[in-house]
Amino acid sequence: MTRSTPLRSDAAAGAPRGASRNPSHPAKAGWSFVKPSVIPGFGLTFGYTILYLSLIVLIPIAGLFLKAATTPLEQIIRIATSPRTLKALEVSFGSSLIAALVNVFFGVIVAWVLVRYKFPGRRLLDAIVDLPFALPTAVAGIALSTLYAPKGWIGSLFSDKGPLWQWWHAQTWLPLGLNEFSLNFKIAYTPTGIVIALIFIGLPFVVRTVQPVLEEFEQELEEAAATLGANRWQTITSVILPRLTPALLTGFALAFARAVGEYGSVIFIAGNLPNISEIAPVLIVIKLEEFDQAGAAVIAGIMLIIAFVMLLVINLIQAWARRRFGNV
Amino acid sequence: MDIRVDTVRKEFSHYPALNDVSLDIRSGELIALLGPSGSGKTTLLRLIAGLEMPTAGRIYFGDEDASSKTVQERNVGFVFQAYALFRNMTVLDNISFGLSVRPRATRPPKAEIRRRALELLDLVQLTGLEKRYPQQLSGGQRQRVALARALAIEPRVLLLDEPFGALDAQVRKELRKWLREIHDRTGHTTVFVTHDQEEALELADRLVVMSQGKIEQVGTPDEVYDKPNGPFVFSFIGESSSMPVTVENHEIWVGGRAIGLPAPHDAIGEAVLFFRPHDVELVEDGSGAALAGVVAASRRVGGTRRVELEVGGNPNRVEIDLPFDHPAGEKTRIAFRPKRWRVYPKG
Repeated sequence: MTRSTPLRSDAAAGAPRGASRNPSHPAKAGWSFVKPSVIPGFGLTFGYTILYLSLIVLIPIAGLFLKAATTPLEQIIRIATSPRTLKALEVSFGSSLIAALVNVFFGVIVAWVLVRYKFPGRRLLDAIVDLPFALPTAVAGIALSTLYAPKGWIGSLFSDKGPLWQWWHAQTWLPLGLNEFSLNFKIAYTPTGIVIALIFIGLPFVVRTVQPVLEEFEQELEEAAATLGANRWQTITSVILPRLTPALLTGFALAFARAVGEYGSVIFIAGNLPNISEIAPVLIVIKLEEFDQAGAAVIAGIMLIIAFVMLLVINLIQAWARRRFGNV
Repeated sequence: MDIRVDTVRKEFSHYPALNDVSLDIRSGELIALLGPSGSGKTTLLRLIAGLEMPTAGRIYFGDEDASSKTVQERNVGFVFQAYALFRNMTVLDNISFGLSVRPRATRPPKAEIRRRALELLDLVQLTGLEKRYPQQLSGGQRQRVALARALAIEPRVLLLDEPFGALDAQVRKELRKWLREIHDRTGHTTVFVTHDQEEALELADRLVVMSQGKIEQVGTPDEVYDKPNGPFVFSFIGESSSMPVTVENHEIWVGGRAIGLPAPHDAIGEAVLFFRPHDVELVEDGSGAALAGVVAASRRVGGTRRVELEVGGNPNRVEIDLPFDHPAGEKTRIAFRPKRWRVYPKG
């Protein structure tokens, strides 16, 4: 607690802390937890926040780390560095990163279309964007794997001897038998399938964070850039995108975090082949089914730490971006 | 650069914002588009800039038809009311933007761009602030950066949309004087939009008074103030009092009595008399015909006393200015004659 004046410092130091809430006392100078406000209740809301966070978030996570800590160190290292674990982590974080990046690109375009143009069915499209939030992810996974499987509507286009393959082999102008190069994309049951599922579940995050910023964007800025001679591309890259940066980072972080934790949709489309298309959450479940709780806890702990560090870094970049491009 | 607006018409979803407007802007002049909101003045400015395309009509820059040219090709400097500075760029980057986005063939070297931007910063008296971001500047400073940014591309015409509208009165007056200085120094053809008649009268070489998508009058501040061509211009520019009168026998009549003012034209019948409250002479001794009224209210306005008079039972009161130490109180009868006036047919 701060002291009100140097003169009565001894008395103030001994005074009960609640005394500052008494309106007959003069306002305290210096630093305080609470900003003056017409709505009191710092103690109540802060206490609730801590309790709630502890029960729901902090205690379970602490339990996880405690469980992992009971394992001997060399065993932790063995689990953590086993090729299967490393590959699963790589697949998890790698596909999440790719999916989040793709979502940033598509999300901006979708948000742009929704904000800038009036067309019939705009509200419908706007509502459809939220569907991945509401749909059970297992349903999404089954639907996507049916579509993208080698015999599915979309998967068959890319499969062996499929239309794409045939078109490619018909390109006789290609030099040196380049068209003999096999064009056979398998989408479902490969890491590509995982990325597609993660794109699906992450899209709304980017759209919903970018949309309000685009709605508030002063079109005068574009007009100013145009009168100064900037072409469309220059206006987009040097005027519009910098303003979207903080929102894009938020959307990216949310889509990425969601993708890292995704399980339901991925298990249907991934095929879950160890060392190929097995994500870390699946590996954790497998460990649990083998009653290897320590192993599961170790992998989960590693995931948590990596995710936390990545989100922290994104947050720091975001804070920097807000200072740099932020609101006046 | 002369600019010619030739019977331009602009409709927004079938509602005409501009009705066949024609206007000649002379090279190097500072011209004000003045009018109430909804008069089409901003639309006209945006049409000249190319930010809007006319529904019909043409716009010429010199002898060249600019109507079908894009904003980028027109090379105009545009200053917005809300500054529209790029807040992700420093002051210097804002000013250099127009030069650095040019295609490689016409883009000056980096050092040259920087030199010119610093020179402009000097011109707008913000030397030393080049590393600041717009949000670290005051409103007046931001608008000066916006002007420097617009001047950097050496525009063929400088267009300002209510440039001082968002500033407080003190800064507004300062910038007004300063804009005039810059204009005289750089000699750009400058068009600015305002709804503030005082600003327009003080700043502009010529005024374009607009109302409801039409130009009412074009002229120097003296012409527009002293010879308004209609009731709208008379009441919009400067202070005015008006009252219904009758014109007959080359004289002006109020309530069946001649008021000692000759009618300027032969039109007979109902009309409206306009005069300026400060431009009246008091008729103290009852010599000759005059307007007479009873003081209904009075208030002190600066160095004079503004009184409201009820004339001849007319429910519309007229206002005149008296010396601040004039003894007139409520119900005092005052006789006066406008020194300068105009009569417009009713309707």
